[in-house]
Amino acid sequence: MKEEFKIIANSIQREKSILDVGCGDGELMKFIYENISKKIRGLEISKDNVQKCIQKGLTVIEGNAEMDLRQFPSNSFDYVILSQTLQAFLNPEKVISDLLRIGKTSIVTIPNFGFWKVRFNLLFKGTMPVTKTLPNEWYNTPNLHMCSIKDFVNFCNDRKINLFKSLALTNNKVSSINKFNLNFKNLTSELGIFLIEK
Amino acid sequence: MNEFNNIKKIIIKKPLKLDCGVTIADYPLAYETYGKLNQDKDNAIMVFHALTGDQFASGKNPVTNKDGWWSYVIGPNKALDTNKYFIICANVIGGCMGSYGPSSIDKKNGKKIGINFPVITINDMVNAQFNLLDHFNIEKLFCVTGGSMGGMQVLQFIANYPDKSKIAIPIACSASHSAQNIAFNELGRQAIMADENWKNGNYDLENKSPAKGLSVARMAAHITYLSKKGLQEKFGRKLQERDKIKFGFDADFQIESYLRYQGSIFVDRFDANSYLYITRAMDYFDLSKNTNSDLSKVFKNTKTKFFIISFTSDWLYPTSENREIVIALNAINADVGFLEVKSDKGHDSFLLDVPDFLNALKNYVDNSYKK
Repeated sequence: MKEEFKIIANSIQREKSILDVGCGDGELMKFIYENISKKIRGLEISKDNVQKCIQKGLTVIEGNAEMDLRQFPSNSFDYVILSQTLQAFLNPEKVISDLLRIGKTSIVTIPNFGFWKVRFNLLFKGTMPVTKTLPNEWYNTPNLHMCSIKDFVNFCNDRKINLFKSLALTNNKVSSINKFNLNFKNLTSELGIFLIEK
Repeated sequence: MNEFNNIKKIIIKKPLKLDCGVTIADYPLAYETYGKLNQDKDNAIMVFHALTGDQFASGKNPVTNKDGWWSYVIGPNKALDTNKYFIICANVIGGCMGSYGPSSIDKKNGKKIGINFPVITINDMVNAQFNLLDHFNIEKLFCVTGGSMGGMQVLQFIANYPDKSKIAIPIACSASHSAQNIAFNELGRQAIMADENWKNGNYDLENKSPAKGLSVARMAAHITYLSKKGLQEKFGRKLQERDKIKFGFDADFQIESYLRYQGSIFVDRFDANSYLYITRAMDYFDLSKNTNSDLSKVFKNTKTKFFIISFTSDWLYPTSENREIVIALNAINADVGFLEVKSDKGHDSFLLDVPDFLNALKNYVDNSYKK
């Protein structure tokens, strides 16, 4: 399993309720279901992925987070997970506010646009970055709103969102992000993992 | 009309007060079963049929000699696997395959009840079928499922008996019949009643049959079960056994001939008054009418796991209406899954060989049984 998923799973307490937004083929959900909590459900936009989740015995709703999160009542889940999907939304700000409303804790991960390889691509090659976490070309990327770790931290601070745990991931190594190393982590991390609350 | 000498039936002694106020008792309910009930009695699935269905969901229908209406779904190793599950399907009351309906004989005068049959609802149908749990001594069903009107019965069943089924799978249905649904049903009823042989519902007494009206009703309804794309691909403007149009009102086009055929075979197996009563029951279906249109409240006590399935090309019970049910269940944090299956076969998709549908159904049912 991806290191990112291990970190997310480790952040979740046993027997708590979880909604995985954009749960993909259900790999993370299945791990959590088998090891941490049976009270997990998913929301997924792709029909193929919904089928794969059903095959795994997972409860999934086919839907679009931007349209369908509003139907979930406030505080209805202990955790809401959003793994590397935030950048693909038309209105990420609205999605984040829905996550905070629905979940007591939200776990958001983002591919870091501040990563040095990304900057290197643009700076020296002069082309839109293509990396491990950003594998698409500019013309077929699903990503509409890319941000860096620093952007996301600023976003939370500006909105008084309680960002109570920030982790950075590079080459499967995890480290903490704090206000003193933020600029450095923003340069050296492929992925940011954030636990946020209202 | 059909004879019912060899079909399974129970006589329900317990009085049932219908929504219209009439109480019925000592009435027959015809049913069929597939597979075996296990010792723990935890493998029972109740399947509800749609408007023109009956209890013969799988195998050969002994009356029509055709395959059961859900033969793609029910059988050994199929989505509802008869090697694993015990499947019960009853003919709804108001129907015409042996259950209490307008073509039943009135004991008082030995004649068919006809239009004197009380108006029934989906709620009444479900409450009548619930008696089968007692009959088989089943404390709790594993699953309730069905498509179209069958799906409505699934929703009504859980609303009435929130702890009597572990899982519920309503397919291609709605929690409230839309104006469009009512309109199409009214068209069918008017076609029947406009047939001079309908005789105000007393055609049996006069040895007549409103076959033309019923046939037109079926033709109109049949169009609503298909999609525009499906029709276009199957028929297009193809001509029926001729090279060019004949400048008349004979069936020039294949689609005309097809619809006429569908209408004509339908009248052999279905009672016109049953068609009136059952479409009326569907039109009256509005599950949240007693909860101020709040569908969530209808399900608030249930621990049942739901899986809702719709089809992309179904415009009779479109995805949006199926989604309303998902939204209502989400609002009370019920365990609900949802899939919209891609298919160009229209509303009828749930009856046909649509692999994405059959696979999803099988996976969901089998995985839920394991847990």
